[in-house]
Amino acid sequence: MRRSLQFILFTAVTLTVFLLLPLHARNAQHHREAPVPQLQSLHVTDLCLATEARYTRHPAVADSHAPFQEHPLALEHFPTGALILPNIPGRDTK
Amino acid sequence: MKRTVERHLNILEFTLASLLRRRAKNLSLLAMYLLVIFMLASLQFFVTALKREAALILTDAPDMVVQRLTAGRQDLVPDRYGADIARIKGVTAVRPRLWGYYYDALNGANYTIMASDDTAAPPGAAIGAAIAKARNLQIGDLLPLISYDKSPVMLEIGSIFPSSSDLIAADLIVLSPADFQQLFNFPGGQATDLAVTVRNPKELPTVAAKIASQFPDSRPILKSEIQRTYQSIFDWRGGMTLIVLASALLSFIIFAWDKATGLSAEERKEIGILKSIGWETSDVLLLKFWEGLVISLTAFLLGVVLAYGHVFFLSAPLFAQALKGWSVIYPRFQLVPVVNAYQLAVLFFLTVVPYTTATVIPCWRAATIDPDAAMRY
Repeated sequence: MRRSLQFILFTAVTLTVFLLLPLHARNAQHHREAPVPQLQSLHVTDLCLATEARYTRHPAVADSHAPFQEHPLALEHFPTGALILPNIPGRDTK
Repeated sequence: MKRTVERHLNILEFTLASLLRRRAKNLSLLAMYLLVIFMLASLQFFVTALKREAALILTDAPDMVVQRLTAGRQDLVPDRYGADIARIKGVTAVRPRLWGYYYDALNGANYTIMASDDTAAPPGAAIGAAIAKARNLQIGDLLPLISYDKSPVMLEIGSIFPSSSDLIAADLIVLSPADFQQLFNFPGGQATDLAVTVRNPKELPTVAAKIASQFPDSRPILKSEIQRTYQSIFDWRGGMTLIVLASALLSFIIFAWDKATGLSAEERKEIGILKSIGWETSDVLLLKFWEGLVISLTAFLLGVVLAYGHVFFLSAPLFAQALKGWSVIYPRFQLVPVVNAYQLAVLFFLTVVPYTTATVIPCWRAATIDPDAAMRY
């Protein structure tokens, strides 16, 4: 088989897989496991993304936060502090 | 029509042969390009799926959480606060919540402990799958904890939350209010915070203002604020996200710089030879267009497909490492797949189109000069 046809075939296969991704996602969303009723009744306020620091385990109900509040040169100690941002009221409405 | 297709196939054939002649250079270019798209697409899939998951989970969050602050830190809320808040017009229920953290000195892990008087739940404590794994526990086993008066508290495991609930409960221990009070030596008549339900969601800011005015030391947190916290998660201003985006941007600047600064002497000579044997300028441009497209389209399609597998089939091990940080207990990021066509289109137009354009433009300059000059360059 010509090299150009091989490439077109390869691209067609990857393109088909690429186009099937939204269908797979939609199917997975339909078959999402039902939440555990006991957990629903707890009315949790936060997702368990990290457990290393209180303000990244429960960012929504953590203490009010200001940058460098510990010390003018204090850098973030916990790695997740660089990913999970504090809840600053009005930040997204500015 | 057939002639046009045949022309494109022939030029594509030549393009592939030309790319394979410089195999090492082009394969490393493809690998780097693929890696950049893989990282960007993975980040996009991960963040979109996490935000959707957060939006679904947090529909069960309380309408409002009321905390009490003492010297800038969260403090316990006396029951009378709840009774007074329940009398505010529009408030339908006030539920005192008992929760806290427990540091397990055995493995250095932090657990979230919540009290629940849910009578429908199985008897005994319910624990997250990650705790069960870390402490090697099964239903019926005893989990020994040390209370705040240094006496042992033996919790019988009544149920273990499935690992599909890890995003809520990986580090969670749910026990009865009596066990909670015994474990933390928790004073009676107080709660960690109050979950307030308001009949009309439009009245939430008014009710919050009334609570803040009636109890100046209180801090009401609205459901919308809780949800907003997770909608701004992995914001581009976040350190790690900024590093990924900056690396991707830098890589594309290097790619574009490499292409825009012109062709190598060998490529210029190749164009000269092609023109001298009768190739039109349009043929040469088509050749370079295909060259750019072969690299960028392959990198884009493979990068996105691999990113989908990385995030939704392998539970995003690259990002999970960053989220684990120093945590001992951490969830398995089993996210429900979400594909945002708009974001993928943006990724396509920000990666494939600039690269293909940057490939064609210097060639156009070389292809329009005299073949003899191009070969001598």
